[in-house]
Amino acid sequence: MSLVPRRGLPQILALIAILAIDRLVSTQFFDLRLQDGRLFGSLVDVFNRGAPVALLALGMVLVIATRGIDLSVGAVIAISGAIAASLADTHAWPVAVAAALGAGLLCGLWNGFLVAVLGIQPIVATLILMVAGRGVAQLITEGRIVTFTSPDLIWFGTGSVFGVPAPVVIVAGMLLVTGLVVRGSSLGLLIEATGGNPRASELSGVGIKMMIVAVYVWCSLCAALAGIIAAADIMGADANNAGLWLELDAILAVVIGGTSLFGGRFSLVLAVCGALIIQAMNTGILLSGYPPEFNLVVKAAVVLVVLLLQSPRLSGLTGALRKATTLRKARA
Amino acid sequence: MMRVSPVLVTALVFVAGFAICASQFPNFASTRVVANLLTDNAFLGVVATGMTFVIISGGIDLSVGSVIGFATVFVALTTERMGLPPLAAFAILLLLCAGFGAAMGAVIHFFDMPPFIVTLAGMFLVRGTSFLMSTESTPITAPFYVAVSDWGLALPGGGRLTAIALIMLCVVALGSILLHFTRFGTSVYALGGNRTAAALMGVPIGSMTVRIYMLSSVLAGIAGIVFSFYTAAGYSLSAVGVELDTIAAVVIGGTLLTGGQGSTVGTFIGVLIQGLIQTYINFDGTLSSWWTKIATGILLFLFIGLQQGMLKLATRSRARQAGVAKP
Repeated sequence: MSLVPRRGLPQILALIAILAIDRLVSTQFFDLRLQDGRLFGSLVDVFNRGAPVALLALGMVLVIATRGIDLSVGAVIAISGAIAASLADTHAWPVAVAAALGAGLLCGLWNGFLVAVLGIQPIVATLILMVAGRGVAQLITEGRIVTFTSPDLIWFGTGSVFGVPAPVVIVAGMLLVTGLVVRGSSLGLLIEATGGNPRASELSGVGIKMMIVAVYVWCSLCAALAGIIAAADIMGADANNAGLWLELDAILAVVIGGTSLFGGRFSLVLAVCGALIIQAMNTGILLSGYPPEFNLVVKAAVVLVVLLLQSPRLSGLTGALRKATTLRKARA
Repeated sequence: MMRVSPVLVTALVFVAGFAICASQFPNFASTRVVANLLTDNAFLGVVATGMTFVIISGGIDLSVGSVIGFATVFVALTTERMGLPPLAAFAILLLLCAGFGAAMGAVIHFFDMPPFIVTLAGMFLVRGTSFLMSTESTPITAPFYVAVSDWGLALPGGGRLTAIALIMLCVVALGSILLHFTRFGTSVYALGGNRTAAALMGVPIGSMTVRIYMLSSVLAGIAGIVFSFYTAAGYSLSAVGVELDTIAAVVIGGTLLTGGQGSTVGTFIGVLIQGLIQTYINFDGTLSSWWTKIATGILLFLFIGLQQGMLKLATRSRARQAGVAKP
């Protein structure tokens, strides 16, 4: 399977179309300038602001491919951000980052344990952490908004590598690592097999329990990383609002990326592409001067259209139509 | 056959929790506290009753929180800016909600899409619409509102059973009758138990799905009205995240999230348990309100674990009855 599968064309065209609309709305959209050794511009902004959701989508797509779902990623963002922010000024940055990622690891293990070992429905299992996680995050920050000034940690949000913003580099790196691990081995195929038919895969020798735990752990790790970026971006952690409703954006990104909520085939690149589509829409609405409140309505419309396009009933209809026309042609 | 009813467990948890609270705070066991418990959670009780139907039928409705927010904004704007009498505003609002719920149910049924994602889109749509209508908090000053808020049944011991608490109790009672004593209710259970079997038995799946989501949205609309009585204001950000509290209340109330089993009474007690945790934290004064979330999470985990264990036991005993040896 190549990196960009053939079926990804609609998503890439959609992204290009939305970027083109953004260009119509704001003539400076594609302008780039170099300032203090970092690229600036609306296009860079789309990638930069889209980074947290792109990271979440990267983990979420694997979970959804196994026919699961992870509602707790927003709460994990809040927890990891809270930990990173409260350790940033008293400890070296590797300690803060490791602690935040460690928390993500624990959250993932918890979710994976509930889903794989106890056999609880994924929506319900991750709902527990979604509800309790934000409380835990507030426990860590003691209900305050914790701010920090450690430049090392702030780099994760505002730094740059050869002019490219750090969050974009992190997403690219994670995409590469995930792609190599999943597609470089047979792991991706096994994940798709599990999503397609868990019982059949288990009978044919796939260790689905271990794999499901691993997938949830990876998802939470991605979320923890997104939490560090989000905290670094505002130089603080707000347990109430960090990552609020981002799980929905992440699921949306995965769905836009063409992965079915019923599991099975998935594409990492297209999930990230879905996240960029969402962000490009947000940025476009902001640039056009419409109130940001429009965001939600537009998002709802996009979800519906994408879902209708993916709906088995509708594809059955178009399939039947196509069959009818070919029959008619054959008869003529 | 010995079977522990999940509702009984929920009720025991509530009684035990109440006893603990009452033993720590001497003034806790009073009609005043109980009446406040009902008033403060009135909107949650109403919306959770609707969610119970949806979840028993095997679905989920994430849009209820946004519908509550929309309802408060709609009522505030129509009564304050357009001068509509509140009762007319309520009628229009409930019609809108019914239409919205029916549309979601229709999309779920006719396009064969997961309820989770359809109602998620509905949640975005409704929240976005209420943002577009107003982003500010609009106070409601209609005399009708003042009259309703002032009204209350005096209970012995200083408690006041408010109008909104009564609305909630009525909704729970009517919901129980609808669920347990009508053809509609039986069909809801059948749908959640096994969709194919229900269809083969002649349950009209399509119209049932539409009606169930309609019911949930209308009850969310009523919950919004109750919420607007409670706060006397319309605000597009109100009731954010209430869908989670609602689902939690339903699960704690012993309803199976896979559908087919549950009750409105259990949900009602689930709502009260959440309210009890909040009240305890208010009484204590040193605990912070985020403990509510953690405690709710722990309770959720315990109840889901209990359900899972009971399901396993049930399938094992069924297998034994059928003479199937477990491999």
